[in-house]
Amino acid sequence: MNTHVPLEHVMLLAAALFAIGLAGLLARRNLIFMLVSVEVMLNAAGLVFIAAGAYWGQVDGQSMFIFILTMAAAEVAVGLAIILQFHWRHHHLDADAAATMKG
Amino acid sequence: MYELLWLVPALPFAGFLVIAAGGRRLPAAAAGWTGCAAVGIPAALSLVFAAGFLFAPPEGHAHTQVLWTWIGTETLRAEAALRLDALSLTMTAVITVVGFLIHIYSTEYMRGDADFRRFFAYLNLFVAAMLVLVLADNLVLLLLGWEGVGLCSFLLIGFWYGKRENAMAARKAFLVTRTGDVALLLAIFLLVRETGTANIADILARAPEVFAEGSATANAAALLLLGGAIGKSAQLPLQVWLPDAMAGPTPVSALIHAATMVTAGVYLIARTHGVFLLAPDVMFVVALVGAATLLLGALAALAQSDIKRVLAYSTVSQLGYMFLALGAGAWSAAMFHFMTHAFFKALLFLGAGAVITALHHEQNLHRMGGLRKKLPLVFWTFLIGTACLAAVPLVTSGFYSKEKILWDVWISPYGGPGFWIAGATGAFLTALYCTRMVALVFFGEAKTEVSERPGGRVSFVLVVLAVWSLIGGGVELPHTFAHVKVFSGFLAHTVTTVVELPPGLDWLLWLLLGIASVLVFGGIAVGWALYRGGEPPPILRRAGVDAARRGAHGGFGFDTAYDLLFVRPFTALARANRADIVDRAAAGTAYSARLLHNILSATQSGRLRWYSATIAAGVILILAIALLT
Repeated sequence: MNTHVPLEHVMLLAAALFAIGLAGLLARRNLIFMLVSVEVMLNAAGLVFIAAGAYWGQVDGQSMFIFILTMAAAEVAVGLAIILQFHWRHHHLDADAAATMKG
Repeated sequence: MYELLWLVPALPFAGFLVIAAGGRRLPAAAAGWTGCAAVGIPAALSLVFAAGFLFAPPEGHAHTQVLWTWIGTETLRAEAALRLDALSLTMTAVITVVGFLIHIYSTEYMRGDADFRRFFAYLNLFVAAMLVLVLADNLVLLLLGWEGVGLCSFLLIGFWYGKRENAMAARKAFLVTRTGDVALLLAIFLLVRETGTANIADILARAPEVFAEGSATANAAALLLLGGAIGKSAQLPLQVWLPDAMAGPTPVSALIHAATMVTAGVYLIARTHGVFLLAPDVMFVVALVGAATLLLGALAALAQSDIKRVLAYSTVSQLGYMFLALGAGAWSAAMFHFMTHAFFKALLFLGAGAVITALHHEQNLHRMGGLRKKLPLVFWTFLIGTACLAAVPLVTSGFYSKEKILWDVWISPYGGPGFWIAGATGAFLTALYCTRMVALVFFGEAKTEVSERPGGRVSFVLVVLAVWSLIGGGVELPHTFAHVKVFSGFLAHTVTTVVELPPGLDWLLWLLLGIASVLVFGGIAVGWALYRGGEPPPILRRAGVDAARRGAHGGFGFDTAYDLLFVRPFTALARANRADIVDRAAAGTAYSARLLHNILSATQSGRLRWYSATIAAGVILILAIALLT
């Protein structure tokens, strides 16, 4: 069965996801939620790759998404480690209160 | 034998190096004798050269020794070359011989001074610089010696720099002579540009082709040279440094006045006389400066109370005579007076030094007196010196040289009776202040006790100089006395003869000699009548006379005028510009860098969300640009 979703719809969905992620990143002060928002943005980008790969019938889109998944896993690992360290030092997760390294 | 010429300036310089490098490791006596030998050997050499020039002159009456090429560019070529001719030989002989005697005198005079070695190192450097100046074959090397002399005068006038006045006097001498040096430097630039060479002989040879007589360039070159000369030779209006230069030790004053430094200006004009002959207007200016200076110096000398300042102003006045002679084109008369003046002025300064030492460093004439009996040798030698300075007829060398100047000035196409009158008036004033000085120092009642008598070396030097001061005039006599023209004949090979003797004027020469002699004796008589008691005469207390005396005592307000005209505006400007306006450019660069830094560092807020917002905005901006263009 080949339900044909138009490319524009996928693109709009991806843009909406990206905007939601960005809004979350900017609006949230908790580091965990900021990390989650970054993940949402990453998946928006991944969705664009998948849709574009399906549209042109190429495997490149899917392989790029595999890369993005791996990179996201690595990012989460590092990000969570940093957040743990952060919490251990500051006993909270407020990103704005941690502006001690300003120029 | 002329191959040894390089030793003449090299030995005093080597003496300087040895004493300076030796420092405290060198015993004081050894430093003293090194200093004497470093000038004594060149003195002997220059006498040998003089004998050679007199009896077997070298080809062209000049010997040039090229040591090495100093500056060798296409536009300017200056060799480190020494040129010995009659003019430089005369200077060299006087500098080394008188300098040698002053060195010997100093070994006794400066004994016990903590900086005895430094003194001799400076003295040697001074003589070396002066010898480079007179022996230089080109203007660039001459400038080296010229500036070296200026440096050494600074070092020696400020020798006892612990006292503020001495340091100030040294600075004043340096700055005032430097004013003249700027003119000399410009003159050298001009001459090198116009003639294409720095070699003095070549410049004199080419000058008539390059410059038209009386042209603006010739006048400018001669005026600039004159500017350099009046700075060094303490002529109007730059004479102010010389009286203050008395702050140095007395042998230094003797050296500056007799052998080195102040005669450099006279030498410079005599050396470049070819340029001056092409600028007759400037010749007139030279004579005018000389006449004005000799009168002013003599008047100022009349009112001084410090024995060394009397002598300083008398030097200013006598140098005025030399400039008068130069302005009249009487080169050999000027050089002749330079030679006799070197002998008797060295004698006077060294005699004054003996008096000052004998009286616990008392320099005030009015606190001296009665020394005739207590210091007979100093009295007689000093008397001979003052007689020469006053030009007492027939027996003194000063008479022959001064009369030669006066006679040449009268008959010269550049001179005239007007200048003769100025010179003769100066002779009267000179006799007057000489008598005043001798009467105040040696006659009347003793006011200060004699503590120390001059030792053997001081006495020896005084006697030698006194003898030369008496007989030194014998090398050149007025033609009505006898045909003795050794000196001018000697110089005639080097300088252009301008002053021709008109025939049939013997009666005029006799008349002028007679008038000048009467004026000299008149001056002595007036001086003796006024100061016989060793006290200032009552006439000086009258209001008008006292005001005039004060004016002359202060050197006629030149110092005050310069203070108002130059020193105060300069210090006011310096004070106003303490923050240094030029520095603002550099400070502005630093300021704007710091401003930019502040702006940029404000963006580094440390807020993570602010950074992501900026990145997002940047992405949107780039996308917008990519899509919309």
